[in-house]
Amino acid sequence: MGRRAGAPEVNAGSMADIAFLLLIFFLVTTTIETDAGLDRMLPPIEPPETDVIIKEKNIFQVSINKNGQLLADDELTDLKALRAKAIAFLENNGDGSCSYCKGKKDPKSSDNPTKAIISLKNDRETKYSTYITVQNELVAAYNELRNRESMRLFNRKFTDLEAEYLNPETSPELKEELKEKVKRIQDLFPQKLSEAETSSN
Amino acid sequence: MSKFAKKKSGELPAVSTASLPDIVFMLLFFFMTVTVMKDSSLKVKNELPVASEIKKLEKKERVITIFVGKPNREFEKTYGTEPKIQLNDKFASPSEVGDYILMERAKKSQDLQNVLTTSLKIDKDANMGLISDIKLELRKVNALKVNYTTGKGDAFSNIK
Repeated sequence: MGRRAGAPEVNAGSMADIAFLLLIFFLVTTTIETDAGLDRMLPPIEPPETDVIIKEKNIFQVSINKNGQLLADDELTDLKALRAKAIAFLENNGDGSCSYCKGKKDPKSSDNPTKAIISLKNDRETKYSTYITVQNELVAAYNELRNRESMRLFNRKFTDLEAEYLNPETSPELKEELKEKVKRIQDLFPQKLSEAETSSN
Repeated sequence: MSKFAKKKSGELPAVSTASLPDIVFMLLFFFMTVTVMKDSSLKVKNELPVASEIKKLEKKERVITIFVGKPNREFEKTYGTEPKIQLNDKFASPSEVGDYILMERAKKSQDLQNVLTTSLKIDKDANMGLISDIKLELRKVNALKVNYTTGKGDAFSNIK
């Protein structure tokens, strides 16, 4: 066959090899991950100027010792029972001012959710995994109550609302609307989880 | 020689590999777009605990990461087997955490400096003593927003 007019075709047979090489490079360096975890606010280092007097019954004291045992409100508690206990404390509604609470109105427990504080204390030798589990249970207690109220008011879970609100792909108008809802639920059960300084022994 | 000469029959035609580059390129582009380059290599064991009530850490540029865990085997001789803090690429003591946070904060643009989150990637076998020290240092430099970075799962599986 005679030579035709026009440039000869470039041999593209090695293109696959080159592409493979790049592919393997990116495969190796890739880490597909979106980090997730428990969000917490640490207390500021300067103590607040006005000393607030908190009644002891409004504090739910959780202590973890170095063996991973749990003391909740002066009772040895199993980790699995912590969530229910925290919920009972948060919505106890001792002074009857909380219309949406379903607590037992025990006068020895918290007055209302806005006053209820959970204090978490740990030993220096407590394992991190135990600490995270306890944190998780306490956050779960708040989330469970908030979800319940959110379902009643907006017919959607609070955790879903919040996730959508925090998602950067949500449009600004929707965000504004969600912000109000999220704020409203948060005000019903404000998260007051204090992390006291670690005890040294 | 006629142009439409019949091929010799009996021979299997070769499978065309002409579309192979396209397929590979497709994969390549996928991985190129989802890739996040590692900015520091881990020198400590970093097995995160799991939790169920987690929130996603959006926007990587707003996050400062601190690793804690046992030094890897090749560093055991110099740094021992007790959990250590890793900042960027080197081991550090708790007192250096504050400076590190301030330094990282200064690197970020002005409008991000107030919304930074500190992601604590802590090995599940670490003790709370070291973490309390880190927390105290963070409070000293007013980096109050922290995220205990964990995997997703049943929290009770942390405790064997």
